[in-house]
Amino acid sequence: MLKGNPGAFDLSVTRFLRRLPAPRSFAQRVGRRLFLFLITAQGLGAFAMITLGVILKKFGTSREAILPLMRREITRAGVRLLPMFVFVGAALGLLVIGQTVSWLTRVGAIGYLGSIMVIVVVRELGPLLTAFLVLARVGTANVVELGTTRALGEVEALEAMGIDPIHYLVVPRVVGLALGVFSLTVYVILVALFSGYLWAFIQDVPLLPGDYFQQLARSLNYMDFVLLAIKTCAFGGIIAIVTCYHGLSQPLRLEEVSHATVRAVAQSVVACLLLDALFIVIYLVV
Amino acid sequence: MNEPNPTNSNLPAIDMVGVAAGAMRNFSFTVVSDVNWTVRSGEFWVLAGPQRSGKTDFLMMTGGLMAPKRGSYRFFGNEMPIFDDSRLAERLKLGFVFDGGQLFNQMTIAENVSLPLRYHSNLSREKAQEQIQALLEAVELAPLAHNTPATVGRSFQKRAGLARALTLQPEVLLLDNPLSGLDARHTLWWVGFLRQLSRGHELLGGKPLTIAATADDLRPWRGSQRRFACLSNERFLVLGNWSEVERCPEPAVQDLLHQPPPVIDRQEGI
Repeated sequence: MLKGNPGAFDLSVTRFLRRLPAPRSFAQRVGRRLFLFLITAQGLGAFAMITLGVILKKFGTSREAILPLMRREITRAGVRLLPMFVFVGAALGLLVIGQTVSWLTRVGAIGYLGSIMVIVVVRELGPLLTAFLVLARVGTANVVELGTTRALGEVEALEAMGIDPIHYLVVPRVVGLALGVFSLTVYVILVALFSGYLWAFIQDVPLLPGDYFQQLARSLNYMDFVLLAIKTCAFGGIIAIVTCYHGLSQPLRLEEVSHATVRAVAQSVVACLLLDALFIVIYLVV
Repeated sequence: MNEPNPTNSNLPAIDMVGVAAGAMRNFSFTVVSDVNWTVRSGEFWVLAGPQRSGKTDFLMMTGGLMAPKRGSYRFFGNEMPIFDDSRLAERLKLGFVFDGGQLFNQMTIAENVSLPLRYHSNLSREKAQEQIQALLEAVELAPLAHNTPATVGRSFQKRAGLARALTLQPEVLLLDNPLSGLDARHTLWWVGFLRQLSRGHELLGGKPLTIAATADDLRPWRGSQRRFACLSNERFLVLGNWSEVERCPEPAVQDLLHQPPPVIDRQEGI
């Protein structure tokens, strides 16, 4: 962020590329896209490494200033979103579980219910849906807040006070979003599983609650819990890193904040999906 | 990176040799070059220049917010800018007051002022606010302490920025255009308060503060105890004291001395 020391996350090259005249050929277009992707990936990687370094190096320092910010971010990315996610969990239960249970009963495959629920809700839909909704509710606000902070010179004010902007602005958001996405995913999964059975029960599916939850318990193993925790925290971390990167990595003008927000959302979605693909491989291996 | 020098009162607070400064928004653009400037402890400098002459960028570079493009810049004998966390104590000898205060809008004035204290001294909100009470009273912000910056005027936002910069008791204070947009009453207050700080204010234990302030109008700053420099056309001219400023034939300096409208034109000797 300090000028004259252009870091790997300085976006001046990408800004230059985006302002070039439109490419004249398909090859030029593809080449420019690829170049932009590589530069952005490099910048995001560098920003993530710097943030990780600050988290490790400054762990426990300036607690009186940083802990209230972390609490605020956890409230914003977790507690305050709980009612919405309870609703989303109930809707997910209706859409997926309720229908799946009734269809499996009709084709006589109710014995696979546990496995299907674990794969669909616990491993995939629950974490991804939560991550995308948190991105929409909190991630976008992050870019706007930090972009405005940068545009109004408040980041320079922090630097002038000897306060590390990454420590003060980014670390609380990373922690808040990681814990927020994890907690909300747990709630979404629990509510979806309960409401799913409720919908199935309303449809007179001949499945006792004991059998339903026994199947779920049999299909889950300890790695599901471990990987769920890692995956959801990673989703939260990715959303925080990408949104903070786009908000902070260059001195934006106020009119550029909206473009930065759009880019941050698109890149967060792609990054979360890529991470999800990686976890699918891990699930298949373990 | 060089080993830090211990504080030595014989060393100049700021020592620039052949320095060039880039623009904050576009570092490749040079706003001033070949700056040879030495500021000794306790001196009060006014860096004047017309608008868009690069005063803010130069002050940002002086404050360690960006590196010089060329040349050597030493702050109490140590190479600037200081990025290393292990040398934070040296960095905190420098306080910076932005034009407009650059306060955090979601915090109250008191929270803004106490932020450096909470961060660097790890104090709770209540304890930090107790410690800044005298400071808030000195800058006449105590009645507005629980207001957010958006609800107070620009002149009080600037004062809050000053209080925040003084919270950690710096040895050098840099001010970006502190008198811009102020009415005569606030201008008088600022000039008087900075003079007290320069001579040694009880808030800072009576120790004289080294001050460098930018300005686009020289007249409110007239006074024999200040030293002046001018930024114009990428050049940095060290002018000396007020009588030397008045004798300076440079058109840029004469423009700064004779520009309408006057802010306060009968405050000689403030």
